[in-house]
Amino acid sequence: MMQTKEPSFNGSSEVAERVSHSATSDRPYKFVLKGAAFFFGAVVLVFVWSVLQAAWPALRQNGFHLITGTSWVAGGNGPFGAFALIADTLITTLIALLIAVPIGISSALALLFLVPPKFRTIGASLVELLAAVPSVVYGLWGLWYLTPWLSHTVQPFLAGITGSQFPFSGPQQGFSLLLAGIVLSVMILPTIVAISRDVISVVPVDLIEGGLSLGATRSQVFTKVILPTSKTGIMGAIVLGAGRALGETIAVAMVIGSNIQMPKSLFSTGGTLASTIATEFGDASGNTGAALAALALILMVITASVNAFARVLTNRAKATA
Amino acid sequence: MTDLLTQLPPDPIYDRRKQIQERAAKTIGRRTLISRAYISMLMGCFIIALIPLGSVIYALINKGIAAISWTFLTALPSQPNLMQQDAIGGIGNAILGTIIIDLLAGLVAVPIGVLLGLYLAEATSRVADFLRAITEIMTGIPSILLGVFAYEYVVVPTKQFSGLAGIVALGVLMVPVIAKASEISFRGVPSTLREAGLALGARDSKIAKSITLPVAAPGVITGVLLSLARAMGETAPILLVVGASGAWNFNPLKPISALPLLTYNYSGSQYPSQRAAAWGVALALVTMILILSLTARIVSARMRREKR
Repeated sequence: MMQTKEPSFNGSSEVAERVSHSATSDRPYKFVLKGAAFFFGAVVLVFVWSVLQAAWPALRQNGFHLITGTSWVAGGNGPFGAFALIADTLITTLIALLIAVPIGISSALALLFLVPPKFRTIGASLVELLAAVPSVVYGLWGLWYLTPWLSHTVQPFLAGITGSQFPFSGPQQGFSLLLAGIVLSVMILPTIVAISRDVISVVPVDLIEGGLSLGATRSQVFTKVILPTSKTGIMGAIVLGAGRALGETIAVAMVIGSNIQMPKSLFSTGGTLASTIATEFGDASGNTGAALAALALILMVITASVNAFARVLTNRAKATA
Repeated sequence: MTDLLTQLPPDPIYDRRKQIQERAAKTIGRRTLISRAYISMLMGCFIIALIPLGSVIYALINKGIAAISWTFLTALPSQPNLMQQDAIGGIGNAILGTIIIDLLAGLVAVPIGVLLGLYLAEATSRVADFLRAITEIMTGIPSILLGVFAYEYVVVPTKQFSGLAGIVALGVLMVPVIAKASEISFRGVPSTLREAGLALGARDSKIAKSITLPVAAPGVITGVLLSLARAMGETAPILLVVGASGAWNFNPLKPISALPLLTYNYSGSQYPSQRAAAWGVALALVTMILILSLTARIVSARMRREKR
C-alpha cells in the first residue's frame, strides 16, 4: 500500500516543483502590467509638465495678476489677467447647476420609482443617448434653436421681471453667459441623472418600506428617507457635473459670444477659461500663447481638485452603502 | 383576575399611539395632496429633461437629412465664394479623417488601457491606489487641455499640424476611460474562477489570459467601443492640433480633416449654405457615434447571453 502511494507522491512533488518554478517565472506578466500602468502615469506627468512649461513665461510675467487682474488683450503682449474669464467660468457653471441639479435629481427619482417599469430601461437609454451627443452638436443646437428663443422670449421676460436692471440688464442678443449656462445644464444633465440614479438605487428597500409602513406618503419617503440616505452620493454626482461644466469647451465657445470683459449681467457676452483657449489658440501671437497655457493650467488645477473631491464623495458613498 | 386587569392604570404608550393616529388621520388629506403635487413635479422635471433631447434629435434629422446626399458624403469639400455661394462640396475626406484618427488613437489606447485596468484590478499597493486616483481624475480632465499637451509635444517639435497630434490627444483621453471600464469588469470576475485556476497551478498570466480576460470581455469591449464613440465626437483637442485639409489624406503625419472640426467651422461660416451644411456634418458624426454605441450594447448583450 505504501509502495503504491510513493509514485504519486513523487509525481505531485514534481508538479509542485513545476508550479513553484512557474510562479517565479511569471515576472514578464507582472512587468507588462506594471509597465503599462507606469507608462500611463508617466504620460500624465509629462502632460502636467507640458502645460506647466508652456505657462511658465506667463506665470513669470504676470504672477498673481494672472488670477486677480482684469486686463486681457488678445494677441497682445500683456499683462494678462484672467479674472473675468474665471468669473465667467464660475457663473456659467453655477447657472448650469441651478438648472440641472433639481431637474436631474427629480429625473433620477422618477426613473427609479415613478415611470412605469416597462419604460424604465427606455428612459435610462434616452438619458444615455443625451450623453452620447457630442458637445459640438449641442453648440450647434444652442446656436440655431436657443439663441432666437432666448432673445425673443426668455430675455425680454427676465428683463421684464427686474425692469432691465441687474442681473438681467443689457442687450438681449441671445449669445450670453445665460445661454452658455443653459446649454451647459443640458450637457451635464446625463451625468447628474446617471450617477444619482446609481446611488439612489442602492438605498436599502427595508428603509423605504419602513417609511411606507409607518404611514408616510410617497413624497415623505422621497424627502425624508431616500434623499438623506443617498446625500453623499448625490453630492458626488453634482460635483462631477460641476467638473464637466467647468471644462466644457466647444459648446460654450459657440454660444457665449467670445468676448473678454468683466461680466456686467447674465446677458453679457464673455468667455470661459476653456472656451477662450479654444477660440484664441489658433491665432495666438506675442505672449498670448503662454497666457493661454496659463489659462489651461488654472483650468487643470480647478478641474483636477473638483474631480478629486467628487471621487472622495462617491467613494465615501460607496463605503457607507 | 379580570377585575385586576381592568383596574391597571392605562399604559401611556396607548395614549401616545392614539395621538399619533389621530394626527396622521387628520393630516392624511393634506399629506396626500402634497405627495401628489410633489410626484407630478418630479414627473414634470423628467419630461423637461427629455425636451432638449427631443429637440436635438428633431433638429439633426430635420436639418441634417436636408443637407445630406450621396455627393455630400463622398465628395471633397469646396470653398464657396460670392459667385458660387452654394458650392460647398462634400465631407468625404472628413469622414475618412475621423475614422483614421479614431482608429489609430484606439489602437494605441486599447492595449494600454486594458493592461492598466488589469493592473488596477489586481494590484493592491499604495502605488496602485495612487494610479487609480490619477486614472479617475484624468477621466474628468477637460479635453482641451490634452489639445494643449499635444500641441506642445507633437505640433511644436514637428512644426506641423497633423493627425498624429490628434491621435496623441485622443489616445490619452481614451486610456483612463478604457482602464476604468476594464477595471470594473475585471473586478466582476468571480474569485472562485480565478482560484480554480490557481488550484490547477496556472500562473497569473495564464489565469489572466484564459480566465479573467474571456470572462470580462463583454465589459471590456463595451468600454472600448464607448471610449471610441466618445473620442470621435471630441472637438476641442482636435481644433488645436490637426490643422485643416481639403484633400484626401491617409497620412497621419499631415494635417487632416475631421467631422467635429468641420461642424464647428461650418457653424460660424459667413455662407448660409455652409451653416446649413453644418447640420449634415453633425448628423453624419452622430450617426457614426450611435453605430459605435449600439454595437457596444449589442456586443455586450450577445456575449453575456452566450456565456450562460
